Amino acid sequence: MSKLMINGKAHAVDVEPEMPLLWVLRDELGMTGTKYGCGVAQCGACTVLVDGTPVRSCSFPNAAAQGKKITTIEGLSSNATHPVQVAWRELDVPQCGYCQSGQILAAAALLKSNPHPTDEDIDQAMTNICRCGSYRRIRAGIHAAAKTGKGIPSVIHTVSAAALLSQSNATEGAQLASASEGCHGHAWCGHEAQGPCAANGFSSNCV
Amino acid sequence: MNNTKYSDALSIALTDSVSSRRSFLVNSALGAGALTLGFHVPGFAKVSSKSTAQAQEVEVNAWVVIHPDDRCVIRIARAEMGQGSSTGLAQLVAEELECDWQKVSIEFITPGQNLARDRVWKNMSTGGSRGIRESQEYVRVAGAAARTMLLQAAANQLGVSPSELSVSKGVITHANSKRSLNYGKVCADAVKLTPPDAKSIRLKKPQDWQIAGKPVRRLDTAHKVDGSLKYAIDHRAQNMLYAAVMASPVFEGKLKSFDSTAILKKRGIKSVVKLDDYAIAVVADNWWRAKTALEEMPIVWDEGQNGQVSSQSIATHLEEGLRSDKNVFADTNVGQFSQAYSASNQKLEAVYSTPFVTHACMEPMNCTVLYTPDKAEAWVPSQNAEAALAALSDATGLPLEKCEAYNQTLGGGFGRRGGPQDYVRFAALVAKQYPGQSVKVLWSREEDMTHDYYRPIGQCLLQGGLDEKGELSALSIRVSGQSINAYLAPHNIVDGKDRRQLQGYWPEAGDAQFGYSVPNLKIEYAMRNTHVPVGAWRGVNTNQNSIYLEAFMEELAKASGKDSLAFRQALLKDHPKHLRVLNAVADKAGWGRTLPSGVFQGIAQFMGYGSYTAAVAEVSVNNGKVKVHRLVLATNSGHVVNPDQVAAQVEGSVAYAFDSLQAQSSVLNGRIVETNFDRYKITRMVQLPKIETVLAPTFDFWGGVGEPTICVVAPAVLNAIFKATGKPVRSLPLQNSGLELV
Repeated sequence: MSKLMINGKAHAVDVEPEMPLLWVLRDELGMTGTKYGCGVAQCGACTVLVDGTPVRSCSFPNAAAQGKKITTIEGLSSNATHPVQVAWRELDVPQCGYCQSGQILAAAALLKSNPHPTDEDIDQAMTNICRCGSYRRIRAGIHAAAKTGKGIPSVIHTVSAAALLSQSNATEGAQLASASEGCHGHAWCGHEAQGPCAANGFSSNCV
Repeated sequence: MNNTKYSDALSIALTDSVSSRRSFLVNSALGAGALTLGFHVPGFAKVSSKSTAQAQEVEVNAWVVIHPDDRCVIRIARAEMGQGSSTGLAQLVAEELECDWQKVSIEFITPGQNLARDRVWKNMSTGGSRGIRESQEYVRVAGAAARTMLLQAAANQLGVSPSELSVSKGVITHANSKRSLNYGKVCADAVKLTPPDAKSIRLKKPQDWQIAGKPVRRLDTAHKVDGSLKYAIDHRAQNMLYAAVMASPVFEGKLKSFDSTAILKKRGIKSVVKLDDYAIAVVADNWWRAKTALEEMPIVWDEGQNGQVSSQSIATHLEEGLRSDKNVFADTNVGQFSQAYSASNQKLEAVYSTPFVTHACMEPMNCTVLYTPDKAEAWVPSQNAEAALAALSDATGLPLEKCEAYNQTLGGGFGRRGGPQDYVRFAALVAKQYPGQSVKVLWSREEDMTHDYYRPIGQCLLQGGLDEKGELSALSIRVSGQSINAYLAPHNIVDGKDRRQLQGYWPEAGDAQFGYSVPNLKIEYAMRNTHVPVGAWRGVNTNQNSIYLEAFMEELAKASGKDSLAFRQALLKDHPKHLRVLNAVADKAGWGRTLPSGVFQGIAQFMGYGSYTAAVAEVSVNNGKVKVHRLVLATNSGHVVNPDQVAAQVEGSVAYAFDSLQAQSSVLNGRIVETNFDRYKITRMVQLPKIETVLAPTFDFWGGVGEPTICVVAPAVLNAIFKATGKPVRSLPLQNSGLELV
């Protein structure tokens, strides 16, 4: 009998000691928020916190978790109010969402140990795989949750249809540029390293 | 083994012969095709289960359900796999419906309901970036029709003419009498009215859109951040059983024998089920137990001659197709290529190659089936729920009307879940052994990565001739490689010509048009198949074809002494939409701007899925380490239903496109070598550059969004590497050239 403390609640499960924690959670206890992705601790979809440290539960024998505090996505916060969850909703971070339980727990653990991470800190800590490629928004979401002010949401430039439709010859490049509407929906136009767009000598009214 | 025998084996393994396994797949695909033609299933009442179950809510039409408290449920027929089109489709319906967006939720219909109602929701297949572009018109018409009926009902209640009414956010107002009615108050009357003739409906112009075209939040995010969203893999039922499956590691190898004696004594193991000649399953009370036992069970496979195939032998097979005149066709043959090439001032020739790559959806293939002799139900992640239903019917032997499939949000699709519903078939075959008990079949990641429908392997011979002014006078493109249609849809090959493999090189306008005007142009395909299953991989053949073309264009631009952008602009003069998006990306990226030392720009353009795309990459290369610093990606998808979600797709496609650069599923002894993420070079966060999305819609067509932009990423990066190193990268993955993405 394995005694596990999960999200503050004690569970007694009759399983082999070597059964990975993931399968105890999913198949024995019906807690399916923790996902299976690879089974070899590579992808992080199965990430849970054990005494606050992110572990890959697919490769973590349940016996090793006895006596420890296990936190899964279901228990990270009440009503999904953890700052990471809030940021994830605000930025629409998830696409398919399958990897996000693991991403969110990894992010929560990062912020606990490093409340104001840099991009480099995030890249180092966040090794979970996302096949939809939500990586940029995950990074932005962590910045938003940490209130670092360095979070860069999606950079979107819009070129107006009027500008596109009014052109009909091969010289349109320059005209198109001067008629463009510029960026919207973001505070940063993608050229911060070199200063505002206009300073770069190419026409765009990004602000 | 002597050489003769080896080459015989190869010729068998690599021909286009149709094995029984393959013909099964083909038949399944045809079954799904039959569904798409539509037929009526007798015995089903033509009502939605919802409207009968809950009397208070009203189905105004198939797409729109309104509650008395004004909540509005919009029905979605297409699969949601992260691409956001369920939100986009709801925006389009809501736009015409004029309901309150804050009160909108979505509901997925089932294929059984669709069939029972004469396919009122039409096609459910979600692939080829068609989810919105193919259905946008009829869903908008449905929204407008519902609005018309709600207005008429209100007019009747108020005793006025509908023309005197206005509507906003689900509130109908009669300005003259200062009276108003909410949708919830008139929906019950509205449904009794005769729906308007679709031809009488005038849809709004995009410039008047209030909900569509706006970066509204997705409707499906909340349950993805607290673990509460149930994917198919999460389905639970009482006394549920779990099965792990294993197919022959060598494709089309046969199950010879197995010894289940030892594992059947293990805890929780229920049975061993031979699925067919090619695969076996272990059933247990817990999936880990099933998988562990399956791995321990001695199994003997008859690998057949496929067991001798390797990446090297496949490469030799494809190489033969580069210059052969057997099984080759020219899709484009303009002018006189050979003469013009011979006469050209400068001649360039290059062979490019791209490997098999795998989908690796984060949620591995799975399906749960509950079978009884009277009914079969499946909980499934499918890009085509109707094909899943057909597979369920096929495998259980029950007629379609006794089957139902509940499609869940997919943990990634990327094309893997659109074609053969092999996971449904496996689950149905196991569940048939356990009537009345739900059985969840889940593939291990190893099984998922070694039994995929891989992106087809290919090689391409390109020859280009420049005249004395450095202008491109002759171009020949010969693709040699595997055909998706030959494996999955041979009926799409007409007169031996599989045009699909030339996606993006097609002369005709509309979907994936070749943009360059070259006076002497030849484009050919030599079909060279292997035993490795192939299928659609996000972006499909635009991935390889854009690399071949755009990387070679860079070689030609350099030889001509012209700027990469100017060289392309001149050749795109007859295709203004291709040109416009290229110009847009050059403008927004600042083509030719001063860059930090060691950073170089690369550019590329291509067309796929009805959309025009272009990219600029900024890249540095140090000691073989390739760092992509910035990517600017432009798309003209005609319309933009949700700019924030288009950006999410464009950003997301970069991760998949980087697979194109660094990953491969290689073949040794007939099987796939890269069995899990420890070997397969999957894109990680640290590798991602800054990404900027350029939206350049022209509002005169509807193009796709999920796939088009992916194909310009890899060539833009390759072209920047070429600028940085002076050496073109012609063979992928990058490590073939001693390079590594960091």
